[in-house]
Amino acid sequence: MGPASRVNTWKIGHRRRPVSEAPWIRRLLIGAALAFLGFFLVVPLASVFAHALAKGFGPYFASFRDPFTLSAIKLTLLAAGIAVPLNCVFGVAAAWAIAKFDFPGKQMLGALIDLPFSVSPVISGLIYVLLFGAQGMLGPWLASHGLRVIFAVPGIVLATIFVTVPFVARELIPLMQAQGRSEEEAAIVLGASGWKTFWRVTLPNIRWGLLYGVILCNARAMGEFGAVSVVSGHIRGLTNTLPLHIEILYNEYNMVGAFAVASLLTLLALVTLALKSWIEWRNAPVSGAET
Amino acid sequence: MRGYPTNLSSTNWLKKPRIKPLIHHFIAYNNYYINRIYTIISGRGLRINKGGVVRRRVLPGFRLTLGFTMLYMSLLVLIPLMGVFVKSSELTWDQVWSTVMAPRVMASYRLSFGASFLAAWVNLVFGLLVAWVLVRYEFAGKRLVDALVDLPFALPTAVAGIALTSIYSETGWIGQWLALLGVQVAFTPLGVWLALTFIGLPFVVRSVQPVLGDLDSELEEAAASLGSSRWQTFRRIILPVLCPSLLTGFALAFARALGEYGSVVFISGNMPMRTEITPLVIMTKLEQFDYAGATALAGVMLVASFLMLLTINFLQAWGGRYQTAA
Repeated sequence: MGPASRVNTWKIGHRRRPVSEAPWIRRLLIGAALAFLGFFLVVPLASVFAHALAKGFGPYFASFRDPFTLSAIKLTLLAAGIAVPLNCVFGVAAAWAIAKFDFPGKQMLGALIDLPFSVSPVISGLIYVLLFGAQGMLGPWLASHGLRVIFAVPGIVLATIFVTVPFVARELIPLMQAQGRSEEEAAIVLGASGWKTFWRVTLPNIRWGLLYGVILCNARAMGEFGAVSVVSGHIRGLTNTLPLHIEILYNEYNMVGAFAVASLLTLLALVTLALKSWIEWRNAPVSGAET
Repeated sequence: MRGYPTNLSSTNWLKKPRIKPLIHHFIAYNNYYINRIYTIISGRGLRINKGGVVRRRVLPGFRLTLGFTMLYMSLLVLIPLMGVFVKSSELTWDQVWSTVMAPRVMASYRLSFGASFLAAWVNLVFGLLVAWVLVRYEFAGKRLVDALVDLPFALPTAVAGIALTSIYSETGWIGQWLALLGVQVAFTPLGVWLALTFIGLPFVVRSVQPVLGDLDSELEEAAASLGSSRWQTFRRIILPVLCPSLLTGFALAFARALGEYGSVVFISGNMPMRTEITPLVIMTKLEQFDYAGATALAGVMLVASFLMLLTINFLQAWGGRYQTAA
């Protein structure tokens, strides 16, 4: 009973296949789905660029020459530049421990890594204020040593790390579990060192999953608003990241400026989606062969 | 009746003590049992199986990676999160109660939970529709649409917030037409619902899509050949199989909406008692340096999100069992 026999019954009976819908229902469903997505996704996307370019390209590009915008770009790059590599190393280490070994409490550790996803961004920022803020547990000690974490760059970096902790680990754990440990075991038995095994055997196997995780991690790190907003203190030129800068410009009714910065982050999101789909498409035949 | 002792009245079996094979077993496998006891007491991972073969962990780096993972999680996630509960324990019960049950806060719960619930429902229905269309039908630009579904994950929430606000304000692209009908979206609970729907859009699609793709068409063919209509097949055959993944997506969208802040602050207008969500109340208390109040509220939100996390894990386990059974 292959697919050929199914096609035959369909042709002989002059009726549609019993496992599909009438063409008009199909068209209706596709139309409804596209209308929903267009309404919720395409219109907002288009509006960002429309508002950014409302007064032409001159004011649009001028808004990027603003020194506060430039410093916000720098701070965003700095925070993502610290958070993404750290979470990348963490993700690989956690996936190695969880996927390659059995130990009690493994399931729970996996659930714990996901925890930052289910915590409200505002609370993610709040926990660092409670720890390092002026009234916080370590606040007096930090103040006596002249260190500032909250309303300063370290707090922003910490909050960014917190909200992006799970991304790389989430991608790698299922991937490495599916790949098993036999290839690495073979390498070790044949005399390769642990590091050599990792670089030569494991890393080539997980590189696409790793890249996927890093891309998503980076998008969130650069776009995080709530958590960073709590710890930043909104000092222009010092502790303002791009999403916070959007808020300030928007509240000043500087629409072109706000949407110009927003369009930058929107482009980042679109590039992220394109890379993500490209990786999925590249690796599709492999997963298709497995199933 | 082969293999069953027929002469039960005979007392032969009493003369052969059953304890003997057990002793033989322990002598034969003494190596294994001594090692098990040693392993349990010492916590070392040298394992011997019953064939007497020593099983070591071949791969290196267990202590290093697990140690680093635990340290990183403790320092950055667990200890800071514990701080909320430590700080809450400094408050008296009355203080917590009066903060958590204040009328303004109660109104924010109603809005947060209500709007998140409605948004998750809309995403449940339309998420199923989008997943269905993407899995079952072919149309131009399908790959693009598939990629675009993840936009709410990738787009910073602040960008989503100002974009939605500008569209639905009274002079916006859609807002001006709705204003003619007397419907105001921006700065009303309707706007909060809209932003939360946007944020939760990908969850149901992405949880249903793989299950729908793996669905065996033979089930549907059998149902059709037995005379069921397409709608009956959908309702009786397809929907029950999709149920765990639908609920998982619903719970994920709901949990995400509950904590959402960035996209809502712009469109809600933040009027106390009317359009103020709970994360915003926490934010306001922080800005007024009311750390105790903010912490108490954060405790409530954390408990709510832990409950959601448990529910989601349960639903995923259920879904996993369903899939392997099917």
